[in-house]
Parts: sequence; structure tokens; C-alpha cells
Amino acid sequence: MATELAPAQLLTGGEAVAEAMCQIDPDVVPIYPITPQTPIIQGFAKAVADGRAHGELIDVESEHSAMSASIASALAGARTMTATSSQGLALMAEVVYIAASMRAPVVMALGNRALSGPINIHCDHSDSMLIRDSGAIQLFAENAQEAYDLTVIAPRLAEHPDVLLPVLVCQDGFTITHSAEPVTLLDDAEVREFVGEYRIPYPLLDLSRATTQGPFAMPDYYYELRRQQAAAIEGALGVFEEIAAEFAEVTGRRYGSVEPYHLDDAERALVCLGSTAGTAKDVVDELRAEGEHVGLLKITSFRPLPAEKIHDLLRTTDAVAVLDRADSPGGEPPLYAEVAVALSGEAPELRTYVYGLGGRDLHPEDLRQVFAGTAPHYVGLRNDVGLRSEPCPA
Amino acid sequence: MGSLTGWRGLAPGGVVVRDEAEQPHTGGWRTGLRPAVDLELCVDCLLCWLYCPDSAVRLDGTAFAGFDLDYCKGCELCAAVCPTSAIEMVPDGD
Repeated sequence: MATELAPAQLLTGGEAVAEAMCQIDPDVVPIYPITPQTPIIQGFAKAVADGRAHGELIDVESEHSAMSASIASALAGARTMTATSSQGLALMAEVVYIAASMRAPVVMALGNRALSGPINIHCDHSDSMLIRDSGAIQLFAENAQEAYDLTVIAPRLAEHPDVLLPVLVCQDGFTITHSAEPVTLLDDAEVREFVGEYRIPYPLLDLSRATTQGPFAMPDYYYELRRQQAAAIEGALGVFEEIAAEFAEVTGRRYGSVEPYHLDDAERALVCLGSTAGTAKDVVDELRAEGEHVGLLKITSFRPLPAEKIHDLLRTTDAVAVLDRADSPGGEPPLYAEVAVALSGEAPELRTYVYGLGGRDLHPEDLRQVFAGTAPHYVGLRNDVGLRSEPCPA
Repeated sequence: MGSLTGWRGLAPGGVVVRDEAEQPHTGGWRTGLRPAVDLELCVDCLLCWLYCPDSAVRLDGTAFAGFDLDYCKGCELCAAVCPTSAIEMVPDGD
């Protein structure tokens, strides 16, 4: 049932996600601060101090401990959230794999930030890509509103009995975490009703049914358990669509694993993640006004990746340019590699672009050049002439 | 060992529910020595229960109630920590 929408408030992505956390009111939040995630947990900690949120905030000594404590609390039977960025996620990475394999439905806010080195605090997606194969779900927000909405959706997805996996809600560091924009919030009661009670099939603290969690698995069972985990994240695509449809009934805002933008008759299309989609939509609008048949495919669910949808939505185009905000030195950029596989054997000419590493700005003019086919592989890099492999200066 | 289960039949994350699981008697690996107790000397301090790495010391409420030889591996820790020397290790067959 659609309710009357509240007026929008001016919030940064970090503040909006902190607000979502207050409304979800998780039982336990193990946390270690890191830029640009800090405003998220700062906002939530203030709400706990003010008595508005009631969760147990655990100041742990590292992100490795934050995720370890999160697994323990989620499996004990408590709704658990945390947040991190960049090096924090790198330190956590070992344990993110374990969270996924133990099927711990931890919800994590990620402020995407470049991995060291050189050390940097600004946005790219190298932190997300580091845990690409962990088995954790990764949803990318385009703006503060999406970061808020996806955070409200995330516990339902994580805790769904067919999923039971960590969910990361990724928002571009600074570009979204620290930029104020109008955000429409739900009522506290609406969020509480939407997320419902925390339920998992085998809570560790259910003393009437003693369990071993995270057992050793030898060659006779490791493979089966990995397959089970892969099936869970594959199934999460359909579950996400169901929950998103329910969310749309409450808010009027409809999410999907991808968002096609003017793709129906597009001859040339961009594919990207995160806030770049906002810039790309403006460029598509401008080029459309100039009579060009261009479009955009924004990927909201990077893990699981909706390869079939990508195929179906792009196969009739003439050319597809994939924009990666992360590089894979010595190999193909991650999003490009997967879009290329999704479209293998199909007609579109594929092009790969890396951009925005370490917070390098991407300008509308850069995207015009990508559409025109005149941009170099490394978009926005000084003195690049378009070659991917150049001899390294001695 | 029973037949192996396919991936669809496993609990999420491989969770093992104790009451549904086969309970291998790991005491079968025992070193050849087992603990024997002189109850006249036992003061129910429960240090053996606290230290036993295999949870093989049985309790009756807060009183010592013997050893579970299905799980005791003969490590001798209980005998080492017993403050009244009520526990001594004896050959398994005795």
C-alpha cells in the first residue's frame, strides 16, 4: 500500500544509510572506523547514544575483528550490521569469505574507496572487486536515495531462507557518502514492518538444539558446500526482484538487478556501476536531444550478476562500452570481462574502459568521447594516447 | 561411515545438529592409558572437568561423576591437575 510520501530531506549518502540503520535498529553492530565510511557509523553511534537506536555497538580493534564478531552475532541469532571501506575491507576479506560460507546474513555498508597503494582515500571499486569471489552479495547505489533504499532492502535479502548470505550495500566514497542531496525517508514504523523480525534456521544460542557451526570440511564435503553456497547467491537474483517489488509497493521506488536507461532502441550503450550512472544518464539525455540513439545499462546487483538480463538488454545494440572503476593488472577489467562473456557470440562490438581510479573525476565530456569511440582505454589519464600497452619508461 | 550426502541435502553452511549427527567415539584413539579415580580422595573441585580438552568428565550437578571413556583420549591432564592426587593413569585393559 503506497503511503503519502514524506518531503525529501537534504542528506549525504552516509547520513542516509545511518538513518536506515537507526530505523532497522540492528541488535549488534561491531565496527572499526575508516574513511569514507566513518559518517555512517558516526551517525548510528550518535543515535545509540541518544537512545534512538538500541543495538549493541562493539568497538573492535580491527576490521578483521569487526567481521568475525559480526559472523558470531549473526549466527547467534542477532540482526547484525557493520560498515567499512578500502583497507578495512581488505583486512576483513578473509573473514568475508567465512561469513558467506557460514551463511551469516550480515548487512554491511561499504563506502567504496581505492585500495592502497599509493594510499588514497577517494573512490574507486577496487575494494569491492577484491572480494568479488567471496560469495557475498554486492549491491551498488547510484546516489544517496538508492543507498538508503538498498540498505532497507538488504536485511530482507540477506536473511531470506533461500539466501542467508552477507549483503554489501556499496556507495561511492565521497561522491555519495559525503555529498548532500534530497533523500526521501520512510517512517520508522514502515521500515520496522518491512524488515520484520530476524530469523535464521539454526541460531547458535538455541540451546534446545545444539549445533556445530562452520565445521571442518574435508575433500568429501568441501566441494558440496561450495556448490551450495554458489546456488544460494544465484538464487538471490530472483529473491532480490521479489523483495524489490514489495519495496516498490511501499515507496513507489522500483529497483531491479539492473536499470536499463533508454536501451529500447539504443545503437550504442554504456555499462557501469555506482554514481557514474548519474553522469551517464545526463550524457545520454544530451546525446538523445542531439538525435543519437544511445543508452545505459546500470548494474545494481554486481554479485550476483544478472548475466541473462545483460545479454537480453544489450544483444540488439551495435556497440557496448563497459566502464570499470577498477583495473585488473595483467588481465581484463572485471566488469568488462563478465559483460563480454554475457554477450559472447552476439553482435555488439565490445569496448573496455578503465576510469576514475583513486577518485579521478569522470566528466560528461569523457563519456561523450566514449560514445564517440575516441576515448582512450584509460579514460581521464594524463597523456594517454589510446594504447593499452605502452612500454614502461625506464 | 554412512553414505555421503549431496549438496542439496546439506544444512546451510554445513551446520551440524548434534542430535541428528553420528557421534564418533573418539575415545577409540586413546593412548593406552585411562584415568582411574579414588573417590575417597576426590573433593569435587571439578578442576579435571574444567581442564579436560575432550569434555570427558561427567558431572552429577556439581559433583564429580566419573569419566566418559567413549571420548577420553588419555592425555593425563586430569591426573596432572588433580590437587588431591585422586586421579591416576592406569593401563587401558586394567
